[in-house]
Amino acid sequence: MTALVTRRLLTSLPMLFLVTLMAFSLSYLLPGDTATAIAGEGANAERVEAIRQQIGLDQGFVSRYVSWLGGLLTGDLGTSWVTGQSVSSELLRRLPVTASIAAGTLLIAVLLGVPIGLLQGMRARRSFDRAALLATAVGLAIPNFWLATILTGTFSVQLGWLPALGYTPISSGVVPWMKHLVLPCLTLGVFAAAEMARQVRTSYLHVQEQPYIQTAIAKGIPARSLVGKHIMKNAAAPAITVLGIRLSHLISGTVIVEEIFGAPGIGKFAIESIRSHDFPSIQVLILFSAMFVVIINMAIDVVYCFLNPKVRLS
Amino acid sequence: MTAATISPPRSPQVPRGQTVLGKLRRQPMTMAAVLFIAMLGLAALLAPVLSPYRPHDTDYFAILQTPSPAHLLGTDDLGRDILSRMLYATRASLLACLQAVGLAVFVGVIIGLLAGYFGGWIDRLLMIVIDSLLAIPGLLLALALVGALGPGLVNASFALSIIFVPVFARITRIQAAAVNQEPYMEASRSIGLTHRRSVLRHLLPNTAAPLIVQIFITLGVAIVAEGAMSYLGMSIQPPEASWGNMLQRSFSTINEAPWLIFIPGALMTLTVLAFQVIGDGLNRSFALDTRSET
Repeated sequence: MTALVTRRLLTSLPMLFLVTLMAFSLSYLLPGDTATAIAGEGANAERVEAIRQQIGLDQGFVSRYVSWLGGLLTGDLGTSWVTGQSVSSELLRRLPVTASIAAGTLLIAVLLGVPIGLLQGMRARRSFDRAALLATAVGLAIPNFWLATILTGTFSVQLGWLPALGYTPISSGVVPWMKHLVLPCLTLGVFAAAEMARQVRTSYLHVQEQPYIQTAIAKGIPARSLVGKHIMKNAAAPAITVLGIRLSHLISGTVIVEEIFGAPGIGKFAIESIRSHDFPSIQVLILFSAMFVVIINMAIDVVYCFLNPKVRLS
Repeated sequence: MTAATISPPRSPQVPRGQTVLGKLRRQPMTMAAVLFIAMLGLAALLAPVLSPYRPHDTDYFAILQTPSPAHLLGTDDLGRDILSRMLYATRASLLACLQAVGLAVFVGVIIGLLAGYFGGWIDRLLMIVIDSLLAIPGLLLALALVGALGPGLVNASFALSIIFVPVFARITRIQAAAVNQEPYMEASRSIGLTHRRSVLRHLLPNTAAPLIVQIFITLGVAIVAEGAMSYLGMSIQPPEASWGNMLQRSFSTINEAPWLIFIPGALMTLTVLAFQVIGDGLNRSFALDTRSET
């Protein structure tokens, strides 16, 4: 296990290095002069020059890149060009919001997706399975930003049950916190649950056809133990993989829902930084989400190894 | 009598177009999806002819109207005809997605063929680049690129194509590396065919089936991604209509006219579904292993 983790970490180093290079190069894609673009229209020459000095644009690419990398290694994530705040404090402030949304989304994916997928597998090609297949297909096809507008229109505008906008931290009450989370989590959770149900159904049917299940049936193992011990355990690994992949790409989804529901999380930070050309923040967000993806992928491998002793990578 | 019974036996690995089309024709859902996409494409092409009004024409005496004979899908908050705007939006959104996927296929296939055919350090180098791109969440990367390059249809298509390159590169590479081991590739090398000829005549045709399936799946993803970027104001810019920015506009008037959000949203969902159904149908017709690529 340690060898697996070490090898994965080592092989991902060149990749993460390339990600830092890509992220850092983004600011050089700005058309025209960078300082002018950041100062905005109508800024005078002195302001542009001050910005150029402040963000170190008068230095070359290599020296700027190296000093940024050096900062990262010593824990200095840089300073926002727009707010003047440190990027790390901004990230920490926003992390609980996004973590709450992510946790809620995964919870919906598991609580909704697993039972639906299992029922589908147990009663494959019956009416429930057919209905659920259609529902999951729609769940996977529906754009999350449209779903967000439908949910807001229904539960906030028409029924008035839930707030349409904003976020309150858990410290100011669990109920208001949850009320603000329901719609964003549901928006992302529908896709995640559909993906989960589809994977659980496929794995269930796949495992069911395996010879060892036929043997277990022939030996007269009761149905409850057959499904619980034999099928579900073996069908769990791909489902966990799907959950991990969903988690690692959740940042794209949170950009959408945090913008629509006005939740001040990392996704909203991303779109705000992108709109205001705040490159120090964008670079760190890109690097951290790539690191997050690498870590999740590694965790998936470890869990896979744990659940299925046959998977011993050479 | 089907085409398959009279045609001579074919290579089981890559069925020719005739048999694939024959199998597709026996899938009613797939044919319905093909018909839907064809009609959508036709509507996009003929938008200037079909539109009852010009898409930017405002009518302040007819704002947020429900569907009527004068405005078949109603009007928006500036009194613009929704049907006309939807036709133009279909045109813009489909064009953006076709450009994005087209460029991604072109670049991805070249990278995949180079990596799979040559192997070795070229392969390793190219795959590190591809893996780095894959590690960055797609929408975040696309938005960051457009944020730097500036919003608009062309830049959004370009940014989307970059996030779609890895999937095409990987599929092509896996297929190319497998085909590369086949005896006929060995033979083509031994009779002294140039690299270019080996790749274009033998490698590429044999990697085509999974690529075609992936193109349709990616088109569905592109519809949602472009929609999201338009919704966030980073793709096609108003007053030009796109599915995403029309949805965003109707969301801002959801108190007065809640039905407006359903028109672009439903069309987007149906389009994505149709692309997925076509992808699945092709997958079955090519008789590829459905669990091999996700």
